[in-house]
Formats: sequence, C-alpha cells, structure tokens
Amino acid sequence: MPDLAHSPPGAPPQILLKQVVKRFGKTQVIDHLDLSIPQGQKVALIGPSGSGKSTVLRLIKGLESYQQGSIEVAGSPVPGLRSGWRWPWSKKPPVVHRVGMVFQQFNLFPHLTVQENITEAPLRVLKLTQEEAEERAYEYLGLVGLVHKAAAYPGQLSGGQQQRVAIARALAMRPQVMLFDEVTSALDPELVGEVLAVIRSIAHAQRTTLLLVTHEMNFAEEIADRVLFMEAGKILADGSAQEILVDPDNERTRRFLNRVERR
Amino acid sequence: MNFDYAFAWSILPDLLQGLLVTLQVVVLGFLMAVIVGLVLAIAQRSKRPWLHRLSSGYLSFFRHTPLMVQLYVLFFAFPLIGITVPAISTGVIGLGLYYGAYIAEAYRGAIESVPAGQWEAARALDFDTATTWRRIILPQALKPMLPVLGNYLIGMFKETPLLAVITIPELFQAAKQIAGMTYRYNEPYTVMALMFLAISLPTSLFFKFLERRSHA
Ligand SMILES: Nc1ncnc2c1ncn2[C@@H]1O[C@H](COP(=O)(O)OP(=O)(O)OP(=O)(O)O)[C@@H](O)[C@H]1O
Ligand SMILES: [Mg+2]
Repeated sequence: MPDLAHSPPGAPPQILLKQVVKRFGKTQVIDHLDLSIPQGQKVALIGPSGSGKSTVLRLIKGLESYQQGSIEVAGSPVPGLRSGWRWPWSKKPPVVHRVGMVFQQFNLFPHLTVQENITEAPLRVLKLTQEEAEERAYEYLGLVGLVHKAAAYPGQLSGGQQQRVAIARALAMRPQVMLFDEVTSALDPELVGEVLAVIRSIAHAQRTTLLLVTHEMNFAEEIADRVLFMEAGKILADGSAQEILVDPDNERTRRFLNRVERR
Repeated sequence: MNFDYAFAWSILPDLLQGLLVTLQVVVLGFLMAVIVGLVLAIAQRSKRPWLHRLSSGYLSFFRHTPLMVQLYVLFFAFPLIGITVPAISTGVIGLGLYYGAYIAEAYRGAIESVPAGQWEAARALDFDTATTWRRIILPQALKPMLPVLGNYLIGMFKETPLLAVITIPELFQAAKQIAGMTYRYNEPYTVMALMFLAISLPTSLFFKFLERRSHA
C-alpha cells in the first residue's frame, strides 16, 4: 500500500512539543519534553504507570496547563488550559485545528442517545445542519458497526460498544489527530478485540495522525510506525516498533517489557 | 362551634382572590429563586476570589437571617433610601432571593455529582462553555434535583402567610380580614387550610411522579 498518509518532505510536523514542562503543584510530571510527529504517523506511547503518558495526550488536546515550552498542532499553538474561570455564557475563541480524544472511561453522555452523542458536536461546534450531522453519525456508526444501536442510550450498551460509540463520536468531528488513552483498559478481556479492530481500521484507512497509549504490546507492534517509551516525564526510547518492542537496546525499556510480558 | 356552609360559600370568591395572589407570588418567586440559585451555584465554582467571596457572602446573609426580617428590610427600609417597589413585587423578590440561597446549595451538589469525565468529553469535542453547561452538565444535574426543587416550591408556598406582614393581600391575609370583619373564624380559616392543602398535595404528588418517571 502506498503511504499516502505521510506528509511531503518539508511539511511542518502535525504535532510539535518543544521543551515542555508540566507540574502539578511542585511535582514535575513532564520534564523538558521534545516530540515531533509528522502528519499521518501512527505512534504508540508506552511506559510504566505514572510516567506521564496520559498527561502528554491531555497537553496535546489542551486539557492541561503547562509551565514551560511550547505545543503546536498543525502549525498553530495549543494554549494550555486557562486556570481562570469564565461565565458560562462567555464565548471561547474558535478552534483552529481539531484533535479528537478517546478516554479509558468512554465518557459518553448518558442522557443522550448514541446518535445524539455523535451529532451533538458536529451540530453545536461545526454548525452542521441536523441532516448533515445525522448523515455523519450514520457514516461513523457504520464504521464501528453499530448503526443498529443509534437510538439506544449508552447505559444499554456493553463497554466495548460504548467505547466504539466514543470513537465514532470523536471521528465525526473529522479530526486531524486522534488520541487514544488506554481505550481498552476498562474493558472485559473478551470485549477488547472489537475495539482494537475499529482502531486498526482507522489506522489503515485514515490520513489521521494517531497517538495511542496502550498496554497491548502486540497491538502496538502491529499498527504503530513508531513507538515511544516514556519514563518519569521523559521519552527514553524512540524508534520503530521493531527497534523498541522486539529488540530494545535500552535497558529500561527491556525491563519494562519484561514486566509487561510476564503479567 | 358550627360550620355555616352558606357563609363559607359566600366568602369563597374573596378567598380565591387571595389564593390567586399567593400563587402568583409563589410561581414568580420560585422562578426567580431557580435563576438566582443557578447564578450563585455557578459563581461558587468560580476560581476568581472576589466572585467566590461575593456569592459566599450572599449565601451566608440570606441563610442566616429570617425571611421575615428580609421582607421587612425590602419593604420598609428600602423606601427610606428612595427605593420603592410594589408590595407584590417585593414579595416575589424577597422569596426569590431567600430561596435562591437554598436552591443554590441543591444546584451545587447536583452539579458536583456530574462526573469530571463529562466536562472532559465536552472539552475534547471543543464545546464552548455555554454549550457544555446547557447541553451536557445541566440536563444531568437537574434530574436528581427535581424532588428537592419540589420541596422548596411547597415550602415556599407554605411560607406565604408571612407576606401578610408586608401588606400583600394573599390568602392568609384575605382569611384574616374576613374573620376580622365578620367575627366568624371557623369558615374562613377552614376554607383557607383546605385551599393550601388542595394546592400543595397535588404539587407534591406531581413532583413524585416526575421523579419516578426520570428514574425509569
Ligand atoms: N490532576 C492531577 N493532580 C496531581 N497529580 C497528577 C494529576 N494527574 C496526574 N498526576 C500525576 O502525574 C503523573 C503522571 O500521570 P499520568 O496520568 O500522565 O501517568 P500515566 O503514564 O498515564 O499513568 P497510567 O499508566 O497509570 O495511566 C503521575 O505521577 C500522577 O500521579
Ligand atoms: Mg494514563
């Protein structure tokens, strides 16, 4: 398959972090992190618990403030989450680039149907018409194989189905970047496969840049062009899946993989 | 003591007139309380110190002084500094401000019970703040609040005799006037009590029904 997804040489990176420092109070959790991801690349982020993987994703999405450095998506800066507070009726500056994020806990809106969960953002944020939004909802429900659940409420679905709806919801915004944060960790083992299958099809079919945190090493090896190993807020190893997962030359990576494999 | 049905019948129009005033004040006061409460609850979540302190000051004043005192201040003290408002509006404002302070607390609990993941999901989809409140947070927060709101509405209704002190011709005032003029107490007060019951009982059942339906 020709690699259409990758940006032409010289194009700016899709995601660019420079010397980013993030502290929670006095604890520094991201330590002068540099990261550059070209458009269309599929990147897996691995590392021990508490190493800062989720924080990196949240920083890219703009869900966290940061103390130093800069973050850019598609060439425009991602301001850290303002800690200040606004009246609910105050307007937010328009979003210039779109980053989709899928969470471990799905976070579907329980009071809305599956279809409404998906159409809500296209309607309110992209200002699509009801018809256009519904069309999109069906397109992505088709992709995740849940068209027949359009009228159901999230509470009536299995965990795997809920996570697939959450993925469809994020995709319906046609994001340039998709972030997945351990999206199968909250699922019963027998439901993991169906969610991974959906991510696999996105990875193969979409131009979307993909950054995924996972403990599924086989899956990472299968879909990732590139694997990052993080520890204590730093990227300690960065290379192809083969280099990082199959024969790592980094001692810490090796030890981490041994631990994961033994589980 | 005997109960004169003919007399009771004859005073019915006057009492109904009073009841109408009562209902008007309660409905408007309740609407105001619901709005005041929401604004206070949102201000309480503020990280701006002055806004937070302002709303806390409000809450503590209105919760720690009697409603009757607040009504007196509104009705008798404000005209002294040149602010005059008709009695009925004063009643609406008085009830709205007072109950708003209590309803704010109910909002706060209900808003806090919406999981943080809902805010995150909304932010991840690039909703603006207004849309997040209106479409995601408030619909989830309001459901468990229904019974509480119902209780406050009925509580408010039962407090309306207090409004007599600021000359509002509400139901209690009407009954008292009839009693004072005719020296007959049985009929006006009994009919008044039945009227209070006739309103608050169905209201309470209605909120129970809403609650049960929203759990289904
Ligand atoms: N809101 C917060 N307040 C304070 N500390 C936090 C907060 N969120 C994360 N941390 C801390 O930041 C560090 C990095 O957390 P993060 O969630 O990014 O790790 P992670 O690599 O995703 O771990 P896991 O594999 O367990 O999900 C941890 O030490 C964590 O305790
Ligand atoms: Mg994490």
